[in-house]
Amino acid sequence: MQRVFDGLAAGAVYAILALAIVVIFRASGLLNFAQGELAMFTTFIAWTLLDAGIPWWAATLLAMVIGFVIGAVLYRLLIVRLGGPSGNPLAIVIVTIGLFLILNDGAGIIWGSNPAKVPRVFGDGRVEILGAGIAVQVIGLLGVLAVLVIGFGLLFQRTKLGLALRAVTANQESAALAGVKVMTTLMIGWGLAAGIGALAGTFTASQNLGVDANMMQVALIYAFAAATLGGFDSPLGAVVGGLIIGLVSELVVGYVDIIGPDLRLLPGFVLVLVVLLVRPQGLFGSARVARA
Amino acid sequence: MSLLTVRGLRAGYGPVEVLDGLDLDVDAGEVVVVLGANGAGKTTTLRALSGMIPTHGTITLDGTDVAGRRPEDLVRLGVAHVPQGRGTFGELDVVENLRVGGFTRPAAEVAEDIERWLEMFPRLGERRHQSAGSMSGGEQQMLAIARALMSRPRLLLLDEPSLGLAPLVTQDVFDRISGINRELGTAVLVVEQNANLALAVANRGYVLETGRIVASGTATELAADDTVRRAYLGV
Repeated sequence: MQRVFDGLAAGAVYAILALAIVVIFRASGLLNFAQGELAMFTTFIAWTLLDAGIPWWAATLLAMVIGFVIGAVLYRLLIVRLGGPSGNPLAIVIVTIGLFLILNDGAGIIWGSNPAKVPRVFGDGRVEILGAGIAVQVIGLLGVLAVLVIGFGLLFQRTKLGLALRAVTANQESAALAGVKVMTTLMIGWGLAAGIGALAGTFTASQNLGVDANMMQVALIYAFAAATLGGFDSPLGAVVGGLIIGLVSELVVGYVDIIGPDLRLLPGFVLVLVVLLVRPQGLFGSARVARA
Repeated sequence: MSLLTVRGLRAGYGPVEVLDGLDLDVDAGEVVVVLGANGAGKTTTLRALSGMIPTHGTITLDGTDVAGRRPEDLVRLGVAHVPQGRGTFGELDVVENLRVGGFTRPAAEVAEDIERWLEMFPRLGERRHQSAGSMSGGEQQMLAIARALMSRPRLLLLDEPSLGLAPLVTQDVFDRISGINRELGTAVLVVEQNANLALAVANRGYVLETGRIVASGTATELAADDTVRRAYLGV
């Protein structure tokens, strides 16, 4: 049981980051490789605010707002010039990798390369459930995830903004012809993704008890795996995928002797591979059907 | 007064000029067809009129100069464009496609119009929650037209609605277009290669060749014109 909780704890962090990846994918049809570094950068901002004596929730919210602005501005200044989703996807991938390096080194220069300490946002308390200890932190994180999944579900399915985001991703030209303001919609989409990334970063840091320039990289590999597992277009899938990856990694490493901590990454990815062989769109993803 | 007045319209893609000084008019409530072969500039004409590509020349809509406006602004002024290849949102279902079509209208009106079009196009009504990408070409064309009508346009631009459709389905699509024009008074500018069907529903028409209007007249006149008959009616 203890391992289950540990797995959930790790999984919750992958899940929130996977959610950020899904949001940007649904809101822009693009994969942004700089997503994790953007999250790291905004987490440093949150940490700076925290260090200045601002309470954690206010620091997180502010970092999310700043993340939103950075995401929107990056889209407007950089991605639009490369033609947006209808532009050359390779060029955009390369630019996001460039951004990755800039943000990574930039954070090193501004905040130094030594990890900075971050407290657990929900405190250090633990509660006993079914004879095993679970940190209040993890319960809090799962609660935040539930709120986010419902929130994004409502956003995409029930609001006009969500409809606009989906229309723009499906067919940018037709969306414009229907009167959707494509550029504004995509700016908001990138902002949303970066904002949720800031939240993901803050929670990752708070889980690791520290923030450093490389903190998102391993987590991001798991998060991509989680998003793939759940299906790239489903917020619920991202969260379930994240939790499954966390659980599987923890349980297999714990119970299968030949797979030690050095092979932590393996079980999750084997699972992703198997799922994709059976269901290429992921567990919760929608298959793209197109008739000629 | 005419609803749409186009004078000396030039447009193209980068250095390639496709339209070479085009003049045309559409009156309120009228169905006008632009006939032309592949590469004549039919699609470019519509793309220019709905602001999807840069243009030179004047485009006046109901007395307002609209040249250089973006597509999303032109919708608000009453121009709806059904692009070639239909341009439905493949991953969205029928109702969602219609909701996007009504993006510029108030919510109550959108709900009302959705029901109206689903009733008018029963095939769509049966497929409310089916994704557009999984529907047949004819159904998608109907959906694309209904999507465009959701914005309650004064002028409907249709780009080769017959493309890729079986003759019977094409006939049905043109009957619908004619019906919409009669019932709502929506002006329609349709570009087509299928001259037979298009001239049957149109009031007037133009013949477009390599970016220029080479003939114009009432539908009856064009259908009787020898050059048009040879080039577009295959008789």
